[in-house]
Amino acid sequence: MLPAHGANAAHVTVLQQYSGLAACMPIGDTRGKATRKKGPMSIQLHSPLLDVGALRRDFPILQRTMQGKPLVYLDNAATSQKPRAVLDALDTYYSHSNANVHRGVYELAEEATAAYEAARAKVAAFIGASTQETIFTKNASEAINLVAYAWGRRNVRAGDVVVLTHLEHHSNLVPWQILAAETGAELAFIGLRPDGSLDLGTLDRQLESGRVKLVASTYISNVLGTITPVAEIVHRAHHHGALVLIDAAQAVPHIPVDVRSLDMDFMAFTGHKMLGPMGVGVLYGRRSVLEEMPPFLGGGEMIRHVDYGGSTWNDLPWKFEAGTPSVGDVVGLGAAVDYLQAVGMDAIAEHDKALGRYAVERLQGIDGLHIFGPEERGAVVAFAIDGMHSHDVASLLDESGIAVRAGHHCAQPLHELLGVPATTRASFYLYNDETEVDQLVEGLGTAMRIFGV
Amino acid sequence: MSSLYTEIIQDAYRRPAHRGTIDHPTHSHQDENPLCGDMLRVQLRVENERVVEAKFDGAGCAISQAAAELLLERIQDQPLSVIRRLDKDDVLEELGMPTISPARLKCALLSLGVLRGALRES
Repeated sequence: MLPAHGANAAHVTVLQQYSGLAACMPIGDTRGKATRKKGPMSIQLHSPLLDVGALRRDFPILQRTMQGKPLVYLDNAATSQKPRAVLDALDTYYSHSNANVHRGVYELAEEATAAYEAARAKVAAFIGASTQETIFTKNASEAINLVAYAWGRRNVRAGDVVVLTHLEHHSNLVPWQILAAETGAELAFIGLRPDGSLDLGTLDRQLESGRVKLVASTYISNVLGTITPVAEIVHRAHHHGALVLIDAAQAVPHIPVDVRSLDMDFMAFTGHKMLGPMGVGVLYGRRSVLEEMPPFLGGGEMIRHVDYGGSTWNDLPWKFEAGTPSVGDVVGLGAAVDYLQAVGMDAIAEHDKALGRYAVERLQGIDGLHIFGPEERGAVVAFAIDGMHSHDVASLLDESGIAVRAGHHCAQPLHELLGVPATTRASFYLYNDETEVDQLVEGLGTAMRIFGV
Repeated sequence: MSSLYTEIIQDAYRRPAHRGTIDHPTHSHQDENPLCGDMLRVQLRVENERVVEAKFDGAGCAISQAAAELLLERIQDQPLSVIRRLDKDDVLEELGMPTISPARLKCALLSLGVLRGALRES
């Protein structure tokens, strides 16, 4: 089921390549440079990239009110809302096609299997992968853990190095800490410039040691919105024989991503941040690498033959999908991919980027508010307000019906680096518009008045 | 006026009498709010099983800081036997709110947990 109204093609501009970082703002120091401005400013989105009003009608939850006010949902980096098409796909699957997949010979089981594998084909095509290389997990964290356990324990030894960035979500940090503790390997970190971009010179020095087995980096930071130069990281890592895993949980929902052209070895992302249901994540793995890897979890479906003495493994991708998968959720993710493609990923990327830029411009006008991260960013804006804790900011915004996140956003070490215990984060998606950014700014003004800052 | 940030809370947050440190505390403990990573330390000077001085420090949200202030005000000059019986409802009573969202309850109860830790560690 597709949305009847895609993006207006005439208004869709060609997506500029997200490469490197443009001029950046210093982290945490915009003090005294801005004065508070009230009311809408002259900054506007240049063209209606998406028909947001029409898109919003596809999302039943956006009709809700919170505390008597229309819901302004700005926590999309945590999870996205789901369009009717996805909810219908779940309902249709469980109402008409539910059976366990792969083993049944009866019609219903074949139907369920066909729906499951058709969704895999959609997801694979969406990221430019083959179906053999597209593994369903329960979330992005499990996808990364799959690599850390199955590939890591086979390939990483004492003295080897896994290189990460300081931007990582705990899900792309903790699995490597566990692996390092077990194997005696070391973790190293690509330097972070003051503007929140990566210092690839440090990566080169680490790679030159010849001990780096894997570089694991986020694609878009869930805190700073930094867009990392993935192609460049891959190029440098491969030159020194290291593999690359990209945590694309914040990227795949927002920008076109092609695993082949980026030449990455592993990529993890999750369905629920891209309009799909919770409960299904995806691991892309390069076929030649996956074939050499032992299984992750043992159980049903991942085997070819089992006897009491031992087992042999199923083909890709099922070798890595032990047990009954969350079939309905996978089908729902397939519907989400259909929806995103009907709207158009180029248009979504432009829209999100423009909205992020608009939010930065509006927020910069608030005295005592400091924005973290580079100017060139994904649809994420994290900020701190002098004299107010982020939880108080978020609680007061909640009283205006505005949902944002407060805390360390599962990136506690990064916040220590930034020198703040917590930040408030607004994150946007295709159904948000500049009016909601204006409401955020207004809500912040109210909150700051209550706190007298 | 905000429903969460009442006058009681704003007052306790802005003008805390118990913020600070004690030079030679008989009891001291610190802990972290798992929700946000905020640290809170509580220090006590106890004489004859009675709290004669109580201080807290650390950064935190208005709810956790106000709760710390109000809790320490309540235990001032109280015997340990009474303090040991304080629970969640006492803290909410001090804050003047019979209910609070589960997420913010963690903020409200941080100081109680740290206070209990201080009493255990002595």
